[in-house]
Amino acid sequence: MDVKYDKKTNSLIVTIQGDFDHHSSKRIRELIERNMRKFHAKNLVLDFKGLSFMDSSGIGVIIGRYRDISINGGKIVIVNVNNQFKRIFNISGIQKIIDIYDDTEKALKHM
Amino acid sequence: MKILNEMKMEFLNKSENEAFARVVIASFASQLDPTLEEITDIKTAVSEAVTNAIIHGYENEVGYVRVECRLYDDNRVEVEVVDKGHGIDDVEKAMQPLYTSKPELERSGMGFTVMETFMDEIYVRSILGKGTNITMVKYIKDSKKNDSSE
Repeated sequence: MDVKYDKKTNSLIVTIQGDFDHHSSKRIRELIERNMRKFHAKNLVLDFKGLSFMDSSGIGVIIGRYRDISINGGKIVIVNVNNQFKRIFNISGIQKIIDIYDDTEKALKHM
Repeated sequence: MKILNEMKMEFLNKSENEAFARVVIASFASQLDPTLEEITDIKTAVSEAVTNAIIHGYENEVGYVRVECRLYDDNRVEVEVVDKGHGIDDVEKAMQPLYTSKPELERSGMGFTVMETFMDEIYVRSILGKGTNITMVKYIKDSKKNDSSE
């Protein structure tokens, strides 16, 4: 698992590569929280382009970040979601509270 | 139905082994020629079951998780995930979507729902103080492996 960061205006773009499971979820959560503070970001864009695996542990972390970011008036969106991840999103109902966009560029227009 | 192949493995309840377990089962099940989507479904369901055994089965104690996989001649993959941990108090409640006994760990409570959705059948047997057995079945739809026309 590897996590990369980029900041555009007040949005932090986090690209998660590799597996997003229970084993990696604690580390991913810590890295997102730390970098949201470090970059003084209000919004979060999660880029799943390099993600090879995700299960419900990933959903738990995403919902947790949604709670934190919403409290501060920010927005969280997800980009580059493949069909398998979309199926997990559908089951969990996450797409009802979090918007999904094709790519980062499109997502940033809605921030 | 005849068993075509069978495997069994045991590993410590370390989260590092979640990826190990799902990759091994996916690789073994690929003998039935599943589609990429079917393989990913099995992988995800195995990951959920093994994660449950690791987080909930033994809490903070050390224990072994056993995973067995059987392939049948009716294109059926059967995966069994067993722990000898604490067991589940109320299986019906545990299987409800969004239910989690560990909200402080940011668990989504969707583990069993993912297993039920991605597999065709799921059986959960649990005895308090003895452990939990999750058996999941998936039928490989267009498997060419046992096609009689071959």
